[in-house]
Amino acid sequence: MSNTISIRKGLNIRLVGEAKKEIKDIPVSKTVGVSPLDFHGLTPKLVVKEGDNVQIGDVLFFDKKEASVKFISPVSGTIESIVRGEKRRILNVLIATDGKQTAKKFDVSKAASFNSEETKALLLETGFWSSIKQRPLDVIANPNNEAKAMFVSSFDSAPLAPDYEYILGDDIDNLQKGFDALSTLTDGKVHLSSRPNSIFSKINGVKHHTFDGVHPAGNVGTQMHHIDPVNKGEFVWSINIQEVAAIGRLINEGTVSSSRKIALTGSELKNPTYVNVSKGTEMSAILDKGIVGSNVRYISGNVLTGDQKNPTDFIGYYHNQITVIPEGNEYKFFLTSGWLGHGFDKFSNSRLFPTFLLPKSKKFTLDTNTNGEERAFVVSGELEKVFPFDILPVQLTKAAITQDIDGMENLGIYEVAPEDFALCEYVCTTKINIQDKIRQGLDLIASECM
Amino acid sequence: MKFLEKYLHKMEPHFIKGGKYEKWNPLFETLATFAFTPKLVTTKGTHIRDGVDLKRTMFTVVIALIPCLLFGIYNTGHWEYAVAEGNRDIPYFAEMGAKFLTGLTIVLPVVVVSYGVGLTIEFIFGMLRGHSLHEGFLVSGMLIPLTMPADVPLWMVAIATAFAVIIGKEIFGGTGMNVVNIALTARAFLFFAYPTSMSGDKVWMSGLGDKMSTNSADLDGFSGATALGDLASFMSDKATVAGETVQSSMALQNFSTEYGVWESFVGMIPGSIGETSTLACLIGGLLLVLTGVGSLRIILSFFAGGFVMGLLLNAIGGNPYLDLAAHHHLVIGGFAFGAVFMATDPVTASQTAFGKIIYGFLGGLLAIMIRVLNPAYPEGVFLAILFMNIMAPIIDHYIIQANINRRLKRLKTA
Repeated sequence: MSNTISIRKGLNIRLVGEAKKEIKDIPVSKTVGVSPLDFHGLTPKLVVKEGDNVQIGDVLFFDKKEASVKFISPVSGTIESIVRGEKRRILNVLIATDGKQTAKKFDVSKAASFNSEETKALLLETGFWSSIKQRPLDVIANPNNEAKAMFVSSFDSAPLAPDYEYILGDDIDNLQKGFDALSTLTDGKVHLSSRPNSIFSKINGVKHHTFDGVHPAGNVGTQMHHIDPVNKGEFVWSINIQEVAAIGRLINEGTVSSSRKIALTGSELKNPTYVNVSKGTEMSAILDKGIVGSNVRYISGNVLTGDQKNPTDFIGYYHNQITVIPEGNEYKFFLTSGWLGHGFDKFSNSRLFPTFLLPKSKKFTLDTNTNGEERAFVVSGELEKVFPFDILPVQLTKAAITQDIDGMENLGIYEVAPEDFALCEYVCTTKINIQDKIRQGLDLIASECM
Repeated sequence: MKFLEKYLHKMEPHFIKGGKYEKWNPLFETLATFAFTPKLVTTKGTHIRDGVDLKRTMFTVVIALIPCLLFGIYNTGHWEYAVAEGNRDIPYFAEMGAKFLTGLTIVLPVVVVSYGVGLTIEFIFGMLRGHSLHEGFLVSGMLIPLTMPADVPLWMVAIATAFAVIIGKEIFGGTGMNVVNIALTARAFLFFAYPTSMSGDKVWMSGLGDKMSTNSADLDGFSGATALGDLASFMSDKATVAGETVQSSMALQNFSTEYGVWESFVGMIPGSIGETSTLACLIGGLLLVLTGVGSLRIILSFFAGGFVMGLLLNAIGGNPYLDLAAHHHLVIGGFAFGAVFMATDPVTASQTAFGKIIYGFLGGLLAIMIRVLNPAYPEGVFLAILFMNIMAPIIDHYIIQANINRRLKRLKTA
């Protein structure tokens, strides 16, 4: 057991609407969607066409650039339609479910003795490969690369995030199998980072690390930086811990299970709780009539990095949480709730608001208002307070904005993902969309340097 | 406030693209966003945002300047009275209401001209570029009057403000893009363009210049007029007399009775409108540091730099300037004002944590060095800060390079 790494630079945004520790089962919705847009930079090549019958585990499309990376159906049923956008870009593959949830069988009888190539082949065939992300670039891992290490975070420190100890408490056996499989994928170590006194410390065959402190302590990027940072020319892989358990279940049972436990959170939910749903389920089927207001924003994921959705959209592939918060699309008079107000209703990392005077138990209902307009960078030293990396966030962001490739390389672009900058973006006085800028920088690096 | 909101809603279509007053959109938007935080929502990235914005940040600096402004008004009034009475030693805390009102009639026009000219130019650039007013000038517009001598002609304030806003800021792209501090650009412009109105011994007390030209007999006690000016004149006195060390200590003694540490700290001395009171600056500085708007690193290291330079010069000694106690240097002239309000400008200061310490320390060091060793410029603070503004990117460059080198080293050892 290694020493505890304490993350001091960061911020816990205290929101109303934490999920109660109860699990409700949600039946599979009538229609289920799998969107290629959930995978950044993916160009999908369809395998199915409208009217085809599929079962769980059947391939829907694959990566045009890397044909071995396949994307599977999470349900059994019939392909209802292929939704296309501008330039015939595929937005969604809709599947009308038959409710039977029949699953394709995979041969896993010898999985315990699989070597690296065989494990890779199994994960590619069963669609789990798309859950493995690589740094640099924060995209689906390229199976042709060698990873110097794998990283798994056993806790999520984002606002209202699900508690994996609660979700996976009964899944230790599956997790162990999953980690056994993962450890064959890399010659390096599999690093598992947990909170102190975690139930996951029982897992064998991984290198355990303990992280304490504020968000982003649970972000895998933070953990990588403090354990074994990525250098230019190296690759590391990471995967969500719930997917590791699902891989374990595949090895135990021979079928892909698409059911996941996710947290329904946010101030606008009548009854924030955990639910057991299938991947790709429609948001409205999950949330049903449990929304308080009508002027709300549906987010697949958390408030910092999630995607905005309509109720008729589907849960994002990488998300284990749905958040519903009020929209902020109204004027706020400057003296009452606007820029010069008392500010007791606002959550701020700046001492220009009284947040720091209020007790730590006070929780806030925040809306989506930007609370000001975008400006050029003015304030200095502000982002550094919530960015626990030995990287200069303002300088790196500026390099990304100015498309300065050398600058980005020097300042550490290979180590970071947009989500690492989510808190920077939150606290930014000048309201710059930092995550988007970093993503554009990564895209440029991907096209010019990789 | 619903009626105002409704009115804005009603007027909005006229000002957006295709509306009757499309051109005036920046003006409308500025007023509307001042009265109401706009209904903008997050579109990508984080779905929630911190409450803080640039308006609140800049407004806090303006609030922090209020002690300096109020004290400056009173102090200006006091010296106007002293000149009128022809007596430098009239009691400081008497007839306070009347002095304040007199001061107000002198200072308020300067503030109005500064804001009027600056905001007009900002609006014109806003209209050219199609954006609403950016908040930077809210602070600059208050800083400029506070760095001016009480007797400065208003047209000079107007020219200096225009120069600073256009050449100092807008040609670089506006708020957040400027290289040097706006208010100091205005100060430096006047200092070099109209030196007789910005230094010397006539400009620091309102009315003194006029009175001197009409009736010089009354004004025996008024030679010099600022602490730094007097120090310089004491020095030239000394040059004409033999027995140097004796003269030096006598000159210092005279100086210290005229400008005691305590009087200078409180600010009961002539000088630029807002700079005289170290106490008022520190009250403002406290607010800036507590709210996190001003960098404590810069303020402290600036004072430390000045103090260290003062000690160094004391060790050399030999004339009143060099012998003046180090702590005394920190409370006269614009040192405190510069440290708290000018050096901390986040756009022009060093951006990195360690860089801020170097930047502040060198700034303080240079300020006292210029003040003492270059008698042509009795006030070194604004020159030192402007110089450090130019140097800040170089300091940052080395800090950033160190960060890059750490990463490269990791690559080599890996």
